[in-house]
Amino acid sequence: MIYAVAVLAPLAGSIIAGLLGRAIGDRASQAVTILCMILAAICGVTAWVQHIWLGAPDGVVTLGSWMEAGSLHLDWALRYDTLAATMVAMVTFIATLIHIYSVGYMSHEPTPTSRFFSYLSLFSFAMLMLVSANNLVQLFFGWEGVGLASYLLIGYWYDKPSANAAAIKAFVVNRVGDLFFAVGIALTFFTFDSVELPTIFASIQQHANDTYALFGVHHAYELIGVLLFIGAMGKSAQIGLHVWLPDAMEGPTPVSALIHAATMVTAGVFLMARMSPIMSMAPGALAFVTVIGGTTALFAATIGCVQNDIKRVIAYSTCSQLGYMFVAAGVGAYQVSIFHLITHAFFKALLFLAAGSVIHAMSGEQDMRKMGGIWRSVPITYAVMWIGSLALAGIIPFAGYYSKDAILEASYAAGSATGDYGYACGLLAAFLTAFYSWRVLLLTFHGTPRADHHTMEHVHESPAVMTGPLIVLAIGATVAGFALRPYFIGDYWHAYWNNSITNGANNHVLERMEDLPGLVGYAPLITGVLGIGLAYVMYVLRPELPSLLADRFAPIYRLLLNKWYFDELYDMVLVQPYRRLARALWQVGDATIIDGVPNGLAELTVDSSAQVVRVQTGSIAVYAFTMLIGLVLLVSIFLVFR
Amino acid sequence: MAAVGLGHYLAVAAILLVLGVFGIFLNRKNVIIIMMSIELILLSVNLNLVAFSAALGDLVGQVFAMFVLTVAAAEAAIGLAIVLTYFRNRGSIEVEDVNLMKG
Amino acid sequence: MIADIAFYIFAAVLLISAAMVVSARNPVHSVLFLILAFFNAAGLFLLAGAEFLAMILVIVYVGAVAVLFLFVVMMLDVNFARLREGFQRYAPVGATVGVVLLAELALVLGGWKFAPEAATLRLAPRPDQVQNTAALGALLYTRYILLFQMAGLVLLVAMVGAIVLSLRDRHDARRQDINRQQSRRVADTLELVRAPLGAGIASLGIYRPITAPAAADGQAPPGSDNPEVHAPAPPAEVH
Repeated sequence: MIYAVAVLAPLAGSIIAGLLGRAIGDRASQAVTILCMILAAICGVTAWVQHIWLGAPDGVVTLGSWMEAGSLHLDWALRYDTLAATMVAMVTFIATLIHIYSVGYMSHEPTPTSRFFSYLSLFSFAMLMLVSANNLVQLFFGWEGVGLASYLLIGYWYDKPSANAAAIKAFVVNRVGDLFFAVGIALTFFTFDSVELPTIFASIQQHANDTYALFGVHHAYELIGVLLFIGAMGKSAQIGLHVWLPDAMEGPTPVSALIHAATMVTAGVFLMARMSPIMSMAPGALAFVTVIGGTTALFAATIGCVQNDIKRVIAYSTCSQLGYMFVAAGVGAYQVSIFHLITHAFFKALLFLAAGSVIHAMSGEQDMRKMGGIWRSVPITYAVMWIGSLALAGIIPFAGYYSKDAILEASYAAGSATGDYGYACGLLAAFLTAFYSWRVLLLTFHGTPRADHHTMEHVHESPAVMTGPLIVLAIGATVAGFALRPYFIGDYWHAYWNNSITNGANNHVLERMEDLPGLVGYAPLITGVLGIGLAYVMYVLRPELPSLLADRFAPIYRLLLNKWYFDELYDMVLVQPYRRLARALWQVGDATIIDGVPNGLAELTVDSSAQVVRVQTGSIAVYAFTMLIGLVLLVSIFLVFR
Repeated sequence: MAAVGLGHYLAVAAILLVLGVFGIFLNRKNVIIIMMSIELILLSVNLNLVAFSAALGDLVGQVFAMFVLTVAAAEAAIGLAIVLTYFRNRGSIEVEDVNLMKG
Repeated sequence: MIADIAFYIFAAVLLISAAMVVSARNPVHSVLFLILAFFNAAGLFLLAGAEFLAMILVIVYVGAVAVLFLFVVMMLDVNFARLREGFQRYAPVGATVGVVLLAELALVLGGWKFAPEAATLRLAPRPDQVQNTAALGALLYTRYILLFQMAGLVLLVAMVGAIVLSLRDRHDARRQDINRQQSRRVADTLELVRAPLGAGIASLGIYRPITAPAAADGQAPPGSDNPEVHAPAPPAEVH
């Protein structure tokens, strides 16, 4: 019951703010949505606590029947197990904080913001539906719902053409992934004859050797795994389908914090964990996951090193961290990936909200080249940004240290070639992560101010409604690591997860993780510190170094600055041919051929009638003549063919 | 020649009909000639009817001929009134000039 | 014997005059030939035993219809017709059509016979010892009375139609407008004036005719003698 309230309260808030927002006004909409979110957060955390510590059993909360079509019976049902409860608690908590933060961030908007809060709550509802789904179609419903909310929120400032384009880009790229996801669901239905998760999980062993024949015979589980992962690639911005994430920074910063840091992009990781029974029977798919994850982690980190927009750096950082999570999932340590998911939610949301606070202080400036020297003016923001960066870089005892280290240890402990690849990429990415995080810190807060006098005068600390959530998240980013570690991956992990995640029968990564050579365990910490040191050197001690390096290695610099030219490649290979095809279909197909049929008919009618009308000469003699000839003809025909 | 029988009357009527038809479309001079040709055709029909009435001994043929006569008179009157009005408006009744209804 | 010769004479003249109707140059000649054709047709009718119809043909067709044709031809004041070259253009086709028509008629009539029971199928057998007119009357006013009345209606409509089409309204004809006359009121026409004895109403400034003379054209009011005033100039030419 509490669980259902946790999932449905945001929907209520969204509907009220959305439909009645104009009537009840901004303040009331904000109050309604925040109250509903607080209610949801309380219920969500309570449900989590009840399940883990107070012994509430696993269960399913059925809300009603959805589809009855042949052999397909679907209900609206909320799954109550550890994985879902954990995710619900995290999502409701973070979303509530961001709702509260948005009150302050959006306070200078010229237009009413009831729409914004309605969309935020709608997003929360969709995400909660996603994580608590008991069947794949409901999960897909939540999947699409978060995609929709993401589109609505990225394009919130709809008078900006760049925002509209970014929103469409996000939606379309997600769609590509969703296509594969949908095919995966169909294949699941085809294999298991059901899309209900209990049914699927119960009959895993039964269909273990099913195959599917299309362009060759394939193991069904491998196919399902790959298809579901490609869907996750779209949603979680892995390499290839990542192009939408940086552009999504067109939306307001709370949106970036909620959707593109903590929740929506992590839906892909969640999917992998949720479908772990199938994934663990598909080693090929898992290897694919690891390789993609590792590559993304490194790839995104390289780009983040040279970006100039503060939000974009953090966006690429998100992309990179998601790669880490997939590395962990790919070696079978789903629990580790969920652990990193939770800690990442805290410190990444913190970083985004702090960046929002900086942007707010700098009167809307987002380019780091025009910031600097403001750390005394915005102390709270400065402090929490330090905490977030420490957590991100994986410095003990902050949250990221535990989860990130666990990922690298797990990938090393897997012992496979892909695992080693993941480890190498992750290590290198850790170095770069620390580097660019401190680059951001130093460029934004230290050094001589590069902004103009007027902006610098205006720099002020954000109001309490904004700094409050920052502080809460900072506390989370500090303690979430060592507090949750024993439960997620430590001594109590088996009891905690309670079979909501299935590792493979031969998968002992979580145990092997514990005893590894010492250097392996400390390597990420060492590389992190090295990264911080390099950033300090390049941006404090020798500030002329960055531009020297950029000039010296200009091609590499340009490659990284232009995001490895992915956008240009896609434009050339996909977008332009598509536009040409659309233009051809429009002008030739539609206007000429399809429109030509009725137009041609009309023209034919007009022309032929113009010809026929010439028979009407108006001359009586001709008419009489014609009549008589007709008469004679008739009589002849009658005579001959009697 | 043989005695005059039905066939002779019918032959005369046939030739009269053909002459009327000739008149309609060979005429280029004026519209009234067309009307007169129509009268000729109607006359040939009457002749036919009367001939058959005589041959069969049936009076209905003559009754019919009388009605044909009536209608022919009415039609001639109206037709001439139309021609008159047209002439007043256009000033000519040359057959080829009567082409206001050209499509 | 005489009947046969009469038949051939009537038939020949009928056909020749029909041909002349079509090909005469002067339309008046055409009408006269038409009249001749009607007469001969009447003669043929007589030979066939339909006296009433023959007389009606003369009275109605010749006396009314052909005369009407004559009136219209003369009223339309058509010039002496010239044969246009359209005649040449259409002649071959026309001749073909005519010959074909004739051939077909010959085919039909040549291979045609009476049905065996034709005698019994007569609708109105000719009664013996009764004159043609009386027999027709007895038939027409009893069995075909409806058709007879309808024919009368047709003639009525034709009459009305012909009048409507050819009536020319003369705008300067003076007619009575009874409604206007009836709705005239005293006040429109009569005005009582108290005139002084012996002075006449001229002293009141009331002159006859009722409309006051226009002073603009210099015309002196009647009754005053002013020898220097001349008659006004005639109105300007209007083209």
